[in-house]
Amino acid sequence: MLMLFLQQVFGRKSFRHGVHPDENKDSTSEHPVRRFPFAPQLIIPVRQGPGKPARLMVAKGQEVQRGQLLAEADGWMSVPVHAPASGTVVDTGLYLANSGRKEEHIVLAPFAGDSQLVPKSPGCSLDSTPEEIIAAVQQAGFVGMGGASFPTHVKLKVPEGMHVDTLLINGVECEPYLTTDHRVMLEQREEIYTGIRYLLRATGARRAVIGIEANKADAIEGIRSTIPDDLPLTVEALKVKYPQGAEKILIASVLGREVPSGGLPASVHVVCCNVATAGEIGRLLPAGQGLVERVITVGGPAVLNPGNYLVPVGTPLRYLLDQLELREGVRRVVYGGPMMGQAVADLDVPVTKACSGILVFTDQEQAPATEKTYPCIKCGHCLDACPVFLNPARLGFLARSHEYETMEQDYHLRDCFECGACSWICPSNIPLVQSFRVAKQVLKERKAAP
Amino acid sequence: MKYPATLQIQTSPHIRRGLSTRSIMGNVVLALLPTVGWSVWVFGLAALAVITVATLSAVLAESLYCRFNGREDTIGDWSAVISGLLLGLTLPPGLPLWMVALGGVVAILLGKSLFGGLGCNVFNPALVGRVFLQTSFPVALTTWTPAFAPDRFTTLPASSLTGLLQSPVDGVSAATPLGLMKFDQVTTPLMDLVMGSTAGSVGETGALFILAGGCYLILRGMMDWRIPAAVFTGTVLISGVLHLVDPALYPGPGFMLFSGGLMLGAVFMATDMVGSPVTPWGVWIFGLFIGALVVVIRIWGGLTEGVMYTILLANSLAPLIERWTQPRIYGQTREATHD
Repeated sequence: MLMLFLQQVFGRKSFRHGVHPDENKDSTSEHPVRRFPFAPQLIIPVRQGPGKPARLMVAKGQEVQRGQLLAEADGWMSVPVHAPASGTVVDTGLYLANSGRKEEHIVLAPFAGDSQLVPKSPGCSLDSTPEEIIAAVQQAGFVGMGGASFPTHVKLKVPEGMHVDTLLINGVECEPYLTTDHRVMLEQREEIYTGIRYLLRATGARRAVIGIEANKADAIEGIRSTIPDDLPLTVEALKVKYPQGAEKILIASVLGREVPSGGLPASVHVVCCNVATAGEIGRLLPAGQGLVERVITVGGPAVLNPGNYLVPVGTPLRYLLDQLELREGVRRVVYGGPMMGQAVADLDVPVTKACSGILVFTDQEQAPATEKTYPCIKCGHCLDACPVFLNPARLGFLARSHEYETMEQDYHLRDCFECGACSWICPSNIPLVQSFRVAKQVLKERKAAP
Repeated sequence: MKYPATLQIQTSPHIRRGLSTRSIMGNVVLALLPTVGWSVWVFGLAALAVITVATLSAVLAESLYCRFNGREDTIGDWSAVISGLLLGLTLPPGLPLWMVALGGVVAILLGKSLFGGLGCNVFNPALVGRVFLQTSFPVALTTWTPAFAPDRFTTLPASSLTGLLQSPVDGVSAATPLGLMKFDQVTTPLMDLVMGSTAGSVGETGALFILAGGCYLILRGMMDWRIPAAVFTGTVLISGVLHLVDPALYPGPGFMLFSGGLMLGAVFMATDMVGSPVTPWGVWIFGLFIGALVVVIRIWGGLTEGVMYTILLANSLAPLIERWTQPRIYGQTREATHD
C-alpha cells in the first residue's frame, strides 16, 4: 500500500520545469461524446494546415454527398477536404478564418432530413506498404488533431537515412478544460488500437507507447486492461504538468530523449501522433473515408452545459454556442485550450479539423488585458516554469527595448514554442510570451526584407 | 443578447496563476511581523520607534518622489514598506530617530528611485540606507543598548531623542556577541543567540522568528529557498573547517549562523528577488559567496560584522553571475542520448 502510494507520488515520469494550472476538466470529462446537429450552413476552410490550400473540385450550386471530395491535395504539404454533410454548395470564396485572416472557404447547406450516411469505399488494409498507408492518410485529409494542424502524413514519412524505433501516442491533453482526448480514449479504444497498427506499419517503429497524464486514471486503466496481445503497446502514466502535451516535451517525459534544437522527433528515432488522430485513422482508413467531423470540448466558465460533442468540420461557432446555454457577459471565445488557444474576433469562424475545443469566458474570470502590470522583480518563476529552460525574464527585458537580434542570438528565442507558461506564472503580469511572438514576427519580416 | 458587440481578443495564455507582485510583497511584510514583534519585546519602545520611523520615512520618500516626478504613486506595491521595515530591523535600537529617518529616505531615493524604481535597483535599498548611516555615523551605529532592559516599555533611551544633527550622548552600552568574539575572544553561548537575548540590531536577535517568516514565504512559493540554503551552507562549510582547525580561535558554525545579522540577511535580504540572480546555478553561487565571505570578514576583516557589505557586493555581482550561468536549453548542446 505504501509502495503503491510512493510510486503514485514519485514514480511517475515527467519533464523538468512546467506549471500546474487549475485543471477544470471535471465539468466535461464525465460526459460521453454526443453528436452535434448540422448547422444550416457549414463553412469549410479549403486550407487546413500550414501547406498550400487544397484545389477546389466543386462549383457553386453543385450538390454533393457526405464524404465526397470537395478539394484535392495540391502538393506534398497539402491535405484534401471532404464534404461534412450531404447538401448544396452555396458559395465558394473568402471568409474569415479563426486566424483572423480571410481565406478560401466552401459554404455548404446540408439537406434537411438526409440520412447523412458516409459511403464506404475499398479502404487501405493493414497489409499495405508504408507508402500506401501514408498516401491513404493524406487522401483521408488528416492533420494533427491535437491543435497543431500539421499534416499527419508528412509526420509519418520518416526522412531518408533516419530510422524510428518508437511510436509515441500523445494522450496527455495537458490544456485545462479540454477533455476530448480523454473521452476518445474511453470510447474509441478499438479504433485507437487499429490506428496504432497502421501507424506502426507506416513508420516502421517496433513498439508504441501512449503517454497519458495521471488525472485520466480511467483512461489509463481502460487501455492497460484491453491492449490486444499482439499489439506492442505500453501505457505510461505521467505526472500532471503543463505543457507535457507538446511533442518535444512528451518525448523528454516518456523516453528521456531530447530532440535537438530545430530538429525532428525522427532524429531521436521517434514519431509522435495525437491519440485522437490515431483513433480516427483506425476508424477511417479501413472504410476508405475522409475526415469530416471531430470531437471537441465546448466549455469554459461561461457555458452552463459544457460537454464533448462530435461536430462536423465547418460548423460556425455562433451556431455551436447558440445550441448551448451561456452565462451573461460573454467576453472572450477561445479556439483551443486556454494556454495556447486563440481568442476569436468573430463568431462566424468555423470549427476546423485541428480544433480541440471552444471555450467561453466572461468578465468574471481574470482578464489579463485589464490588469495592472508591475515591473519585473526578477522572482525567477518564469525560469522555473519554462520547459525548454529559456530565461523569459531576460527575454522580456530585451523585448521591451526591441533588442530582437540579441534575443535570437544569445537567448535562444527560436527554441520558444510559445506554451505560455511564463506569462501564466508571472506575478507582475508581464505579457512575456506575447512579446516573444512579436519579436519572432519582426525578425521574420526583417529577414524577408532585402 | 448573448454576445457582446465586440469580443475581447488577445493572444494566449487566456488564464493566469493569479499571484501578483503586490501580494508577494504584502506577504513578505506579513512574514516580517513576527520578527518585528520579537524585537519590540526584546528592546521595547526603542525598537518600536526605530522600526516605525524607518518605515514611515521610506514610504513617505517613495510617495513624494513619485508625486514630484509626476508618476503614479507606487507605495501600494508594498515594496517601500519592506525596505523601511528591513532598514529598521538592521539598526541599533537606541539610534537617534533623525538618523533613522534620514536612512529611510536615502534607502528609497538613492537605493531604489534613482535606479528607476521597483525592479530596477541593483542593490538592496534597505542596505543602501544602512551603509549610508554606517559610514556617516560610525559611532552611533555601533552603540548597542542591552536586551531586556527593565524599563524598556516605559522610556525611550535618551539617545533616541537626540536633537536633529546632533550626536548622541553616550548612554548605556552593551557589546554584541560578534564584538565580544572579535575583541575579547569571548564566545556567547549558542542558546542565548538562538533565543535572542543578546545585544544587537533591532531585528537580528530573533533567529527563530526570522526562520519562521522565511519558512512561511517558502511554503507559499514566494521565496527562493535555495538562497538561504546556499548562504547557510557557505557559512557552515567555511566556519566548520576553521573550527576543526582551531576550535579555540575560530567559533563554530552554530555561532556564525545565529550571531549578528546573518539570519536576517540570508532570509530577508539576500533573497530580495531584484538583487539576486534568477538562473538555477546562479542562485547557489550567489548564496555560497555570501555565506563564505561573511565568515571571512568576521574573522579576518577589520569589521565585526560583514553581512551588509557582503550582500551588497553580491548584489553587484548578480548580473555577472547570471550571465555566466545561463541555463542549457532543451536540445541545444547535448546530443541525443539514445543510440
